[in-house]
Amino acid sequence: MNLKDITLGQFFPGNSFLHRLDPRMKLLGLTAYLVALFLAGWFVTYAIMLALLVWGCAVAHIRPKTLLGGLKPVVFLLIFTGILNMFYTPGTPLVSFWIFTITYEGILHAFFMVVRIMMLICATFLLTYTTSPLALTDALESLLSPLKKIRVPVHELAMIMSIALRFIPTLIEETDKIMCAQRARGADFDSGGLIRKAKALIPLLVPLFISALRRAEELATAMECRCYHGGQGRTRMRELRLRPSDWIFLVCMVALAVAIGLLAGRGL
Amino acid sequence: MTPIIETKQLTHIYSQGTPFEHAALQGIDLSVAPGEYLAIIGRTGSGKSTLIQHLNGLLRPTSGQVLFDGEDIWSSKERTRQVRFQVGLVFQYPEYQLFEETVYQDIAFGPTNMGLDREEVDRRVRQAARFVGLSDGTLEKSPFDLSGGQKRRVAIAGVIAMEPKVLILDEPTAGLDPAGAAQTLGNIRAYHREKKAAIILVSHSMNEVAREAQRLLVFRKGTIPYSGTPQEVFSHGAELEQMGLGVPEMTQVFARLRAMGYDVPASVYTVEQARDAILLARKGAKA
Repeated sequence: MNLKDITLGQFFPGNSFLHRLDPRMKLLGLTAYLVALFLAGWFVTYAIMLALLVWGCAVAHIRPKTLLGGLKPVVFLLIFTGILNMFYTPGTPLVSFWIFTITYEGILHAFFMVVRIMMLICATFLLTYTTSPLALTDALESLLSPLKKIRVPVHELAMIMSIALRFIPTLIEETDKIMCAQRARGADFDSGGLIRKAKALIPLLVPLFISALRRAEELATAMECRCYHGGQGRTRMRELRLRPSDWIFLVCMVALAVAIGLLAGRGL
Repeated sequence: MTPIIETKQLTHIYSQGTPFEHAALQGIDLSVAPGEYLAIIGRTGSGKSTLIQHLNGLLRPTSGQVLFDGEDIWSSKERTRQVRFQVGLVFQYPEYQLFEETVYQDIAFGPTNMGLDREEVDRRVRQAARFVGLSDGTLEKSPFDLSGGQKRRVAIAGVIAMEPKVLILDEPTAGLDPAGAAQTLGNIRAYHREKKAAIILVSHSMNEVAREAQRLLVFRKGTIPYSGTPQEVFSHGAELEQMGLGVPEMTQVFARLRAMGYDVPASVYTVEQARDAILLARKGAKA
Protein backbone atom coordinates (compact mmCIF):
# COMPACT_ATOMS: atom_id res chain seq x y z
CA MET A 1 0.00 0.00 0.00
CA ASN A 2 1.46 3.33 -0.95
CA LEU A 3 -0.31 6.23 0.69
CA LYS A 4 1.38 8.74 -1.58
CA ASP A 5 -0.62 7.48 -4.55
CA ILE A 6 -3.97 8.70 -3.24
CA THR A 7 -5.37 11.38 -5.56
CA LEU A 8 -8.25 12.77 -3.58
CA GLY A 9 -9.08 16.27 -4.73
CA GLN A 10 -5.57 16.68 -6.04
CA PHE A 11 -4.68 19.97 -7.69
CA PHE A 12 -2.49 20.18 -10.80
CA PRO A 13 -1.12 23.71 -11.10
CA GLY A 14 -1.38 25.27 -14.55
CA ASN A 15 -2.28 28.40 -16.45
CA SER A 16 -5.07 27.32 -18.77
CA PHE A 17 -8.42 29.02 -19.36
CA LEU A 18 -10.01 26.71 -16.78
CA HIS A 19 -7.24 27.39 -14.25
CA ARG A 20 -7.69 31.15 -14.56
CA LEU A 21 -11.48 31.21 -14.30
CA ASP A 22 -12.87 32.70 -11.11
CA PRO A 23 -13.40 29.79 -8.69
CA ARG A 24 -16.92 31.00 -7.84
CA MET A 25 -17.92 30.88 -11.49
CA LYS A 26 -16.30 27.46 -11.80
CA LEU A 27 -18.39 26.20 -8.90
CA LEU A 28 -21.61 27.66 -10.29
CA GLY A 29 -20.69 26.49 -13.79
CA LEU A 30 -20.13 22.97 -12.47
CA THR A 31 -23.51 23.10 -10.76
CA ALA A 32 -25.13 24.08 -14.06
CA TYR A 33 -23.26 21.26 -15.79
CA LEU A 34 -24.45 18.72 -13.23
CA VAL A 35 -28.05 19.93 -13.58
CA ALA A 36 -27.74 19.58 -17.36
CA LEU A 37 -26.32 16.09 -16.86
CA PHE A 38 -29.43 15.03 -14.96
CA LEU A 39 -31.70 16.60 -17.57
CA ALA A 40 -29.93 14.80 -20.42
CA GLY A 41 -31.98 11.85 -21.62
CA TRP A 42 -30.82 10.38 -24.90
CA PHE A 43 -27.81 10.00 -27.20
CA VAL A 44 -27.74 13.54 -28.61
CA THR A 45 -27.80 15.30 -25.26
CA TYR A 46 -25.29 12.87 -23.74
CA ALA A 47 -22.97 13.40 -26.71
CA ILE A 48 -23.08 17.16 -26.16
CA MET A 49 -22.26 16.74 -22.47
CA LEU A 50 -19.40 14.36 -23.25
CA ALA A 51 -18.01 16.69 -25.92
CA LEU A 52 -17.95 19.50 -23.37
CA LEU A 53 -16.11 17.34 -20.84
CA VAL A 54 -13.52 16.34 -23.45
CA TRP A 55 -13.10 20.00 -24.41
CA GLY A 56 -12.53 20.90 -20.73
CA CYS A 57 -9.91 18.17 -20.43
CA ALA A 58 -8.09 19.35 -23.54
CA VAL A 59 -8.14 23.01 -22.49
CA ALA A 60 -6.82 22.23 -19.00
CA HIS A 61 -4.10 19.87 -20.34
CA ILE A 62 -5.35 17.06 -18.10
CA ARG A 63 -4.73 13.66 -19.59
CA PRO A 64 -7.95 11.61 -19.87
CA LYS A 65 -6.05 8.75 -18.21
CA THR A 66 -5.54 10.83 -15.07
CA LEU A 67 -9.21 11.75 -15.00
CA LEU A 68 -10.38 8.17 -15.48
CA GLY A 69 -7.92 7.02 -12.82
CA GLY A 70 -10.04 8.93 -10.30
CA LEU A 71 -12.91 6.55 -11.07
CA LYS A 72 -11.11 3.55 -9.57
CA PRO A 73 -12.69 3.82 -6.11
CA VAL A 74 -16.24 3.84 -7.57
CA VAL A 75 -15.86 0.93 -10.00
CA PHE A 76 -17.88 -1.26 -7.66
CA LEU A 77 -20.66 1.32 -7.39
CA LEU A 78 -20.73 1.66 -11.20
CA ILE A 79 -21.05 -2.09 -11.73
CA PHE A 80 -23.70 -2.34 -9.02
CA THR A 81 -25.75 0.51 -10.51
CA GLY A 82 -25.42 -0.92 -13.98
CA ILE A 83 -26.61 -4.38 -12.96
CA LEU A 84 -29.52 -3.08 -10.88
CA ASN A 85 -30.74 -0.89 -13.72
CA MET A 86 -30.34 -3.71 -16.19
CA PHE A 87 -32.62 -6.08 -14.27
CA TYR A 88 -35.16 -3.73 -12.79
CA THR A 89 -36.27 -1.69 -15.80
CA PRO A 90 -39.56 -2.91 -17.26
CA GLY A 91 -39.88 -3.16 -21.06
CA THR A 92 -39.29 -5.53 -23.95
CA PRO A 93 -37.58 -8.65 -22.58
CA LEU A 94 -34.41 -9.77 -24.38
CA VAL A 95 -33.06 -12.56 -22.23
CA SER A 96 -34.84 -14.25 -19.39
CA PHE A 97 -33.67 -16.89 -16.93
CA TRP A 98 -35.19 -17.99 -13.64
CA ILE A 99 -36.55 -14.81 -11.98
CA PHE A 100 -34.22 -12.46 -13.88
CA THR A 101 -35.19 -10.66 -17.03
CA ILE A 102 -32.94 -8.36 -19.04
CA THR A 103 -34.89 -5.87 -21.13
CA TYR A 104 -33.83 -3.74 -24.08
CA GLU A 105 -34.76 -0.63 -22.09
CA GLY A 106 -32.87 -1.97 -19.12
CA ILE A 107 -29.60 -2.20 -21.04
CA LEU A 108 -29.99 1.34 -22.39
CA HIS A 109 -30.97 2.67 -19.00
CA ALA A 110 -28.03 0.98 -17.32
CA PHE A 111 -25.67 2.35 -19.96
CA PHE A 112 -26.91 5.92 -19.53
CA MET A 113 -26.86 5.67 -15.75
CA VAL A 114 -23.26 4.45 -15.66
CA VAL A 115 -22.13 7.07 -18.17
CA ARG A 116 -23.93 9.75 -16.16
CA ILE A 117 -22.19 8.82 -12.91
CA MET A 118 -18.82 8.63 -14.65
CA MET A 119 -19.25 12.05 -16.22
CA LEU A 120 -20.48 13.49 -12.95
CA ILE A 121 -17.35 12.35 -11.14
CA CYS A 122 -15.04 13.34 -13.99
CA ALA A 123 -16.51 16.84 -14.17
CA THR A 124 -16.07 17.29 -10.43
CA PHE A 125 -12.48 16.07 -10.67
CA LEU A 126 -11.91 18.54 -13.48
CA LEU A 127 -12.86 21.29 -11.02
CA THR A 128 -10.55 20.10 -8.22
CA TYR A 129 -7.71 19.39 -10.66
CA THR A 130 -7.79 22.95 -11.95
CA THR A 131 -8.64 24.82 -8.74
CA SER A 132 -6.40 25.04 -5.71
CA PRO A 133 -8.13 23.96 -2.47
CA LEU A 134 -7.60 27.46 -1.07
CA ALA A 135 -9.30 29.10 -4.05
CA LEU A 136 -12.14 26.64 -3.66
CA THR A 137 -12.76 27.46 0.01
CA ASP A 138 -12.50 31.18 -0.79
CA ALA A 139 -15.15 30.67 -3.44
CA LEU A 140 -17.41 28.77 -1.05
CA GLU A 141 -17.04 31.46 1.58
CA SER A 142 -17.86 34.16 -0.94
CA LEU A 143 -20.86 32.31 -2.37
CA LEU A 144 -22.25 31.47 1.06
CA SER A 145 -21.66 34.94 2.54
CA PRO A 146 -25.36 35.91 2.27
CA LEU A 147 -25.95 33.26 4.97
CA LYS A 148 -24.00 35.45 7.40
CA LYS A 149 -27.19 37.51 7.71
CA ILE A 150 -28.86 34.58 9.43
CA ARG A 151 -25.79 34.08 11.64
CA VAL A 152 -24.28 31.08 9.91
CA PRO A 153 -20.53 31.22 10.74
CA VAL A 154 -19.53 31.06 7.07
CA HIS A 155 -16.00 32.36 7.55
CA GLU A 156 -15.27 29.93 10.36
CA LEU A 157 -16.61 27.01 8.34
CA ALA A 158 -14.46 27.99 5.37
CA MET A 159 -11.43 28.33 7.65
CA ILE A 160 -12.04 24.87 9.14
CA MET A 161 -12.31 23.45 5.65
CA SER A 162 -9.14 25.04 4.35
CA ILE A 163 -7.18 23.94 7.43
CA ALA A 164 -8.49 20.39 7.02
CA LEU A 165 -7.52 20.36 3.34
CA ARG A 166 -4.13 21.84 4.13
CA PHE A 167 -3.34 19.07 6.61
CA ILE A 168 -4.38 16.06 4.54
CA PRO A 169 -1.01 15.76 2.77
CA THR A 170 0.83 16.44 6.04
CA LEU A 171 -1.03 13.69 7.86
CA ILE A 172 -0.52 11.24 5.00
CA GLU A 173 3.19 11.92 5.10
CA GLU A 174 3.20 11.54 8.87
CA THR A 175 1.33 8.23 8.64
CA ASP A 176 3.88 6.97 6.15
CA LYS A 177 6.72 7.96 8.44
CA ILE A 178 5.29 6.37 11.59
CA MET A 179 4.42 3.20 9.66
CA CYS A 180 8.04 2.96 8.50
CA ALA A 181 9.34 3.54 12.02
CA GLN A 182 7.12 0.82 13.51
CA ARG A 183 7.91 -1.57 10.67
CA ALA A 184 11.57 -1.06 11.50
CA ARG A 185 10.69 -2.38 14.99
CA GLY A 186 9.03 -5.43 13.47
CA ALA A 187 5.41 -4.25 13.33
CA ASP A 188 3.39 -6.12 10.72
CA PHE A 189 0.47 -4.18 9.22
CA ASP A 190 -0.39 -6.51 6.37
CA SER A 191 -0.90 -10.05 7.64
CA GLY A 192 -3.25 -11.75 10.08
CA GLY A 193 -7.01 -11.66 10.52
CA LEU A 194 -9.24 -8.66 11.05
CA ILE A 195 -8.68 -8.44 14.82
CA ARG A 196 -4.93 -8.80 14.52
CA LYS A 197 -4.85 -6.16 11.82
CA ALA A 198 -6.91 -3.76 13.95
CA LYS A 199 -4.59 -4.37 16.91
CA ALA A 200 -1.57 -3.75 14.71
CA LEU A 201 -2.92 -0.27 14.02
CA ILE A 202 -2.52 0.89 17.63
CA PRO A 203 1.20 1.66 17.28
CA LEU A 204 0.27 3.73 14.25
CA LEU A 205 -2.85 5.53 15.49
CA VAL A 206 -1.64 6.61 18.93
CA PRO A 207 1.38 8.57 17.67
CA LEU A 208 -0.67 9.90 14.77
CA PHE A 209 -3.40 11.30 17.04
CA ILE A 210 -0.87 12.77 19.41
CA SER A 211 0.93 14.50 16.60
CA ALA A 212 -2.32 15.77 15.07
CA LEU A 213 -3.35 17.29 18.42
CA ARG A 214 0.11 18.79 18.86
CA ARG A 215 -0.08 20.31 15.38
CA ALA A 216 -3.54 21.72 16.10
CA GLU A 217 -2.30 23.35 19.27
CA GLU A 218 0.76 24.80 17.55
CA LEU A 219 -1.39 26.12 14.72
CA ALA A 220 -3.83 27.72 17.16
CA THR A 221 -0.95 29.43 18.97
CA ALA A 222 0.56 30.62 15.69
CA MET A 223 -2.81 32.04 14.58
CA GLU A 224 -3.31 33.79 17.89
CA CYS A 225 0.21 35.24 17.71
CA ARG A 226 -0.83 36.87 14.46
CA CYS A 227 -3.96 38.29 16.08
CA TYR A 228 -6.45 36.08 14.27
CA HIS A 229 -9.92 36.68 15.67
CA GLY A 230 -12.33 35.33 13.11
CA GLY A 231 -13.84 36.83 10.00
CA GLN A 232 -15.01 40.20 11.35
CA GLY A 233 -13.45 42.97 9.29
CA ARG A 234 -10.83 40.65 7.85
CA THR A 235 -9.38 41.67 4.48
CA ARG A 236 -7.69 39.29 2.07
CA MET A 237 -4.51 39.31 0.09
CA ARG A 238 -6.15 37.91 -3.03
CA GLU A 239 -9.53 39.53 -3.65
CA LEU A 240 -11.74 37.56 -6.01
CA ARG A 241 -12.73 39.82 -8.91
CA LEU A 242 -15.04 38.82 -11.72
CA ARG A 243 -13.89 39.56 -15.26
CA PRO A 244 -16.10 39.57 -18.36
CA SER A 245 -14.83 36.13 -19.39
CA ASP A 246 -16.04 34.71 -16.04
CA TRP A 247 -19.54 36.04 -16.68
CA ILE A 248 -19.53 34.74 -20.25
CA PHE A 249 -18.52 31.28 -18.97
CA LEU A 250 -21.37 31.21 -16.46
CA VAL A 251 -23.95 32.44 -19.00
CA CYS A 252 -22.78 29.74 -21.42
CA MET A 253 -23.11 27.03 -18.78
CA VAL A 254 -26.60 28.14 -17.77
CA ALA A 255 -27.59 28.35 -21.43
CA LEU A 256 -26.26 24.83 -21.85
CA ALA A 257 -28.43 23.53 -19.02
CA VAL A 258 -31.50 25.20 -20.51
CA ALA A 259 -30.69 23.91 -24.00
CA ILE A 260 -30.13 20.37 -22.77
CA GLY A 261 -33.42 20.58 -20.89
CA LEU A 262 -35.26 21.67 -24.05
CA LEU A 263 -33.57 19.03 -26.21
CA ALA A 264 -34.30 16.31 -23.70
CA GLY A 265 -37.92 17.44 -23.68
CA ARG A 266 -38.05 16.61 -27.38
CA GLY A 267 -36.72 13.14 -26.64
CA LEU A 268 -33.23 13.67 -28.02
CA MET B 1 35.59 -10.98 5.87
CA THR B 2 32.10 -10.76 4.36
CA PRO B 3 30.64 -7.29 4.66
CA ILE B 4 27.67 -7.18 7.03
CA ILE B 5 25.79 -4.96 4.59
CA GLU B 6 26.48 -4.49 0.93
CA THR B 7 24.64 -2.70 -1.85
CA LYS B 8 25.26 -3.41 -5.52
CA GLN B 9 24.33 -0.82 -8.14
CA LEU B 10 21.45 0.26 -5.90
CA THR B 11 19.10 2.64 -7.72
CA HIS B 12 15.84 4.07 -6.49
CA ILE B 13 13.44 6.16 -8.55
CA TYR B 14 10.46 7.82 -6.85
CA SER B 15 7.09 8.14 -8.66
CA GLN B 16 8.36 6.31 -11.72
CA GLY B 17 6.30 7.04 -14.83
CA THR B 18 4.72 10.27 -13.54
CA PRO B 19 5.73 13.91 -14.09
CA PHE B 20 7.13 13.85 -10.54
CA GLU B 21 9.71 11.14 -11.40
CA HIS B 22 12.93 11.62 -9.49
CA ALA B 23 16.01 9.44 -9.10
CA ALA B 24 16.99 9.51 -5.42
CA LEU B 25 19.81 6.95 -5.69
CA GLN B 26 21.91 6.24 -8.75
CA GLY B 27 23.94 3.03 -8.79
CA ILE B 28 25.22 3.06 -5.20
CA ASP B 29 27.94 0.53 -4.38
CA LEU B 30 28.53 0.37 -0.67
CA SER B 31 29.94 -2.14 1.74
CA VAL B 32 29.98 -1.99 5.51
CA ALA B 33 32.30 -4.23 7.55
CA PRO B 34 31.04 -5.80 10.81
CA GLY B 35 31.76 -3.51 13.74
CA GLU B 36 32.58 -0.50 11.58
CA TYR B 37 31.55 3.07 12.51
CA LEU B 38 30.43 4.76 9.34
CA ALA B 39 28.98 8.23 8.86
CA ILE B 40 26.96 9.56 5.95
CA ILE B 41 26.90 13.28 5.26
CA GLY B 42 25.05 15.23 2.61
CA ARG B 43 22.54 18.00 2.20
CA THR B 44 18.78 17.58 2.59
CA GLY B 45 17.43 15.66 -0.40
CA SER B 46 20.77 14.12 -1.37
CA GLY B 47 19.44 10.57 -0.94
CA LYS B 48 20.76 9.71 2.55
CA SER B 49 17.36 8.85 4.03
CA THR B 50 16.38 6.86 0.94
CA LEU B 51 19.56 4.81 1.22
CA ILE B 52 19.13 3.88 4.89
CA GLN B 53 15.53 2.81 4.31
CA HIS B 54 16.85 0.34 1.74
CA LEU B 55 19.33 -1.15 4.18
CA ASN B 56 16.62 -2.71 6.35
CA GLY B 57 14.11 -3.43 3.63
CA LEU B 58 11.61 -0.62 4.16
CA LEU B 59 12.05 0.47 0.55
CA ARG B 60 12.49 -1.88 -2.36
CA PRO B 61 15.23 -1.00 -4.86
CA THR B 62 14.08 0.04 -8.34
CA SER B 63 17.14 -1.86 -9.53
CA GLY B 64 20.23 -3.31 -7.89
CA GLN B 65 20.63 -5.38 -4.75
CA VAL B 66 20.96 -5.05 -0.99
CA LEU B 67 22.83 -7.89 0.71
CA PHE B 68 22.90 -8.64 4.44
CA ASP B 69 25.61 -11.10 5.46
CA GLY B 70 26.10 -11.88 1.79
CA GLU B 71 22.46 -12.78 1.07
CA ASP B 72 19.83 -10.69 -0.72
CA ILE B 73 17.40 -9.22 1.84
CA TRP B 74 14.50 -9.55 -0.60
CA SER B 75 15.00 -13.28 -1.26
CA SER B 76 11.90 -14.12 0.85
CA LYS B 77 9.30 -12.32 2.94
CA GLU B 78 10.55 -13.97 6.12
CA ARG B 79 14.12 -12.93 5.31
CA THR B 80 13.10 -9.29 4.94
CA ARG B 81 11.38 -9.36 8.33
CA GLN B 82 14.38 -11.01 9.99
CA VAL B 83 16.72 -8.44 8.48
CA ARG B 84 14.63 -5.66 10.01
CA PHE B 85 15.54 -7.02 13.45
CA GLN B 86 19.22 -7.33 12.53
CA VAL B 87 19.48 -3.87 11.02
CA GLY B 88 18.03 -1.40 13.56
CA LEU B 89 16.91 1.89 12.12
CA VAL B 90 16.33 4.97 14.28
CA PHE B 91 14.43 7.56 12.28
CA GLN B 92 14.67 11.33 12.50
CA TYR B 93 12.81 12.66 15.53
CA PRO B 94 12.05 9.09 16.70
CA GLU B 95 10.27 10.37 19.82
CA TYR B 96 7.09 10.80 17.73
CA GLN B 97 6.74 7.03 17.30
CA LEU B 98 6.23 6.27 21.02
CA PHE B 99 2.79 4.85 21.73
CA GLU B 100 2.73 2.51 24.74
CA GLU B 101 1.45 3.20 28.24
CA THR B 102 4.84 2.85 29.88
CA VAL B 103 8.41 3.37 28.77
CA TYR B 104 9.10 -0.30 29.54
CA GLN B 105 6.35 -1.51 27.20
CA ASP B 106 7.47 0.79 24.45
CA ILE B 107 11.06 -0.41 24.55
CA ALA B 108 9.74 -4.00 24.65
CA PHE B 109 7.73 -3.55 21.44
CA GLY B 110 10.60 -4.55 19.11
CA PRO B 111 11.91 -7.54 21.12
CA THR B 112 8.33 -8.82 21.61
CA ASN B 113 7.76 -8.67 17.84
CA MET B 114 10.88 -10.80 17.48
CA GLY B 115 9.07 -13.56 19.37
CA LEU B 116 11.49 -13.69 22.31
CA ASP B 117 10.41 -15.11 25.66
CA ARG B 118 9.55 -12.88 28.62
CA GLU B 119 12.84 -13.13 30.49
CA GLU B 120 14.87 -12.36 27.39
CA VAL B 121 12.66 -9.36 26.59
CA ASP B 122 13.05 -8.15 30.17
CA ARG B 123 16.82 -8.53 30.04
CA ARG B 124 17.03 -6.64 26.76
CA VAL B 125 14.74 -3.82 27.86
CA ARG B 126 16.78 -3.22 31.03
CA GLN B 127 20.05 -3.41 29.16
CA ALA B 128 18.85 -1.02 26.44
CA ALA B 129 17.62 1.40 29.10
CA ARG B 130 21.04 1.25 30.74
CA PHE B 131 22.75 1.99 27.41
CA VAL B 132 20.83 5.22 26.98
CA GLY B 133 21.00 6.17 30.66
CA LEU B 134 17.36 5.71 31.71
CA SER B 135 16.81 4.90 35.38
CA ASP B 136 14.60 2.00 36.54
CA GLY B 137 12.09 4.52 37.88
CA THR B 138 11.64 6.00 34.42
CA LEU B 139 10.71 2.60 32.97
CA GLU B 140 7.35 2.64 34.75
CA LYS B 141 6.45 6.19 33.66
CA SER B 142 4.32 7.09 30.66
CA PRO B 143 6.55 8.06 27.73
CA PHE B 144 4.38 11.15 27.24
CA ASP B 145 5.35 12.56 30.65
CA LEU B 146 9.05 12.72 29.74
CA SER B 147 11.06 15.63 28.40
CA GLY B 148 11.95 15.77 24.69
CA GLY B 149 15.50 14.56 25.26
CA GLN B 150 14.35 11.64 27.42
CA LYS B 151 11.72 10.64 24.86
CA ARG B 152 14.43 10.53 22.22
CA ARG B 153 16.47 8.20 24.43
CA VAL B 154 13.48 5.91 24.98
CA ALA B 155 12.98 5.71 21.20
CA ILE B 156 16.65 4.86 20.63
CA ALA B 157 16.48 2.24 23.39
CA GLY B 158 13.47 0.73 21.59
CA VAL B 159 15.72 -0.05 18.63
CA ILE B 160 18.80 -1.00 20.65
CA ALA B 161 16.67 -3.55 22.57
CA MET B 162 16.44 -5.63 19.39
CA GLU B 163 20.27 -5.89 19.65
CA PRO B 164 20.79 -5.25 15.93
CA LYS B 165 24.15 -6.10 14.36
CA VAL B 166 23.89 -2.86 12.44
CA LEU B 167 22.50 0.27 14.07
CA ILE B 168 21.50 3.08 11.72
CA LEU B 169 20.62 6.49 13.11
CA ASP B 170 19.18 9.34 11.05
CA GLU B 171 20.28 12.61 12.65
CA PRO B 172 19.98 11.35 16.22
CA THR B 173 21.11 14.68 17.69
CA ALA B 174 18.84 17.01 15.68
CA GLY B 175 17.06 19.43 18.00
CA LEU B 176 18.95 18.35 21.15
CA ASP B 177 20.98 20.77 23.28
CA PRO B 178 24.78 20.28 23.22
CA ALA B 179 24.77 18.25 26.46
CA GLY B 180 21.96 16.01 25.17
CA ALA B 181 23.69 15.58 21.83
CA ALA B 182 26.99 14.64 23.48
CA GLN B 183 25.21 12.14 25.70
CA THR B 184 23.36 10.54 22.77
CA LEU B 185 26.58 10.18 20.80
CA GLY B 186 28.20 8.67 23.92
CA ASN B 187 25.35 6.10 24.18
CA ILE B 188 25.86 5.13 20.55
CA ARG B 189 29.60 4.77 21.07
CA ALA B 190 28.98 2.52 24.09
CA TYR B 191 26.67 0.28 22.07
CA HIS B 192 29.23 0.17 19.25
CA ARG B 193 32.00 -0.86 21.64
CA GLU B 194 30.17 -3.37 23.82
CA LYS B 195 28.13 -5.16 21.15
CA LYS B 196 30.72 -4.89 18.37
CA ALA B 197 27.88 -3.62 16.20
CA ALA B 198 28.33 -1.67 13.00
CA ILE B 199 27.03 1.90 13.26
CA ILE B 200 25.81 4.06 10.41
CA LEU B 201 25.33 7.66 11.51
CA VAL B 202 23.56 10.13 9.23
CA SER B 203 24.35 13.71 10.05
CA HIS B 204 24.63 17.30 8.86
CA SER B 205 27.23 18.19 11.42
CA MET B 206 30.80 17.92 10.16
CA ASN B 207 32.18 18.31 13.68
CA GLU B 208 30.06 15.39 14.86
CA VAL B 209 31.03 12.95 12.11
CA ALA B 210 34.69 14.00 12.25
CA ARG B 211 34.83 13.07 15.93
CA GLU B 212 32.77 9.87 15.82
CA ALA B 213 33.23 7.96 12.59
CA GLN B 214 36.03 5.81 11.20
CA ARG B 215 34.84 6.27 7.63
CA LEU B 216 32.77 8.94 5.88
CA LEU B 217 30.53 8.81 2.82
CA VAL B 218 29.58 12.08 1.16
CA PHE B 219 26.26 12.10 -0.66
CA ARG B 220 25.31 14.38 -3.50
CA LYS B 221 22.24 13.97 -5.73
CA GLY B 222 22.04 10.21 -5.18
CA THR B 223 25.73 9.52 -5.77
CA ILE B 224 28.78 9.23 -3.50
CA PRO B 225 31.44 11.59 -4.86
CA TYR B 226 33.81 11.16 -1.88
CA SER B 227 34.39 8.44 0.67
CA GLY B 228 37.18 7.38 2.97
CA THR B 229 38.66 8.27 6.35
CA PRO B 230 37.79 11.73 7.70
CA GLN B 231 41.29 12.85 6.74
CA GLU B 232 40.84 11.79 3.13
CA VAL B 233 37.38 13.31 2.82
CA PHE B 234 38.28 16.63 4.44
CA SER B 235 41.21 17.03 2.07
CA HIS B 236 38.50 17.91 -0.49
CA GLY B 237 37.67 20.99 1.58
CA ALA B 238 37.03 23.33 -1.33
CA GLU B 239 34.72 20.86 -3.11
CA LEU B 240 32.79 20.15 0.09
CA GLU B 241 32.40 23.89 0.62
CA GLN B 242 31.02 24.18 -2.91
CA MET B 243 28.48 21.43 -2.18
CA GLY B 244 27.30 23.52 0.76
CA LEU B 245 28.67 21.08 3.34
CA GLY B 246 31.88 22.68 4.54
CA VAL B 247 34.54 21.07 6.73
CA PRO B 248 34.86 20.89 10.53
CA GLU B 249 35.70 24.13 12.33
CA MET B 250 39.20 22.93 13.27
CA THR B 251 40.00 22.10 9.66
CA GLN B 252 38.94 25.62 8.70
CA VAL B 253 41.13 27.12 11.42
CA PHE B 254 44.11 25.13 10.26
CA ALA B 255 43.54 26.01 6.62
CA ARG B 256 43.66 29.70 7.64
CA LEU B 257 46.80 29.13 9.75
CA ARG B 258 48.49 27.55 6.74
CA ALA B 259 47.39 30.43 4.56
CA MET B 260 49.01 32.79 7.09
CA GLY B 261 52.27 30.93 6.64
CA TYR B 262 52.42 28.68 9.69
CA ASP B 263 53.85 25.20 9.25
CA VAL B 264 50.91 23.10 10.51
CA PRO B 265 49.34 19.93 9.01
CA ALA B 266 46.22 20.37 6.83
CA SER B 267 44.40 17.20 7.95
CA VAL B 268 43.30 18.28 11.42
CA TYR B 269 39.63 17.91 12.30
CA THR B 270 39.18 17.57 16.06
CA VAL B 271 40.14 19.80 18.98
CA GLU B 272 42.48 17.13 20.37
CA GLN B 273 44.35 16.84 17.08
CA ALA B 274 44.55 20.62 16.90
CA ARG B 275 46.08 20.80 20.39
CA ASP B 276 48.73 18.23 19.52
CA ALA B 277 49.51 19.87 16.19
CA ILE B 278 49.93 23.32 17.78
CA LEU B 279 52.12 21.97 20.60
CA LEU B 280 54.26 20.19 18.02
CA ALA B 281 54.52 23.32 15.89
CA ARG B 282 55.57 25.41 18.94
CA LYS B 283 58.19 22.86 19.91
CA GLY B 284 59.50 22.98 16.37
CA ALA B 285 59.60 26.81 16.45
CA LYS B 286 61.54 26.85 19.78
CA ALA B 287 64.11 24.36 18.65
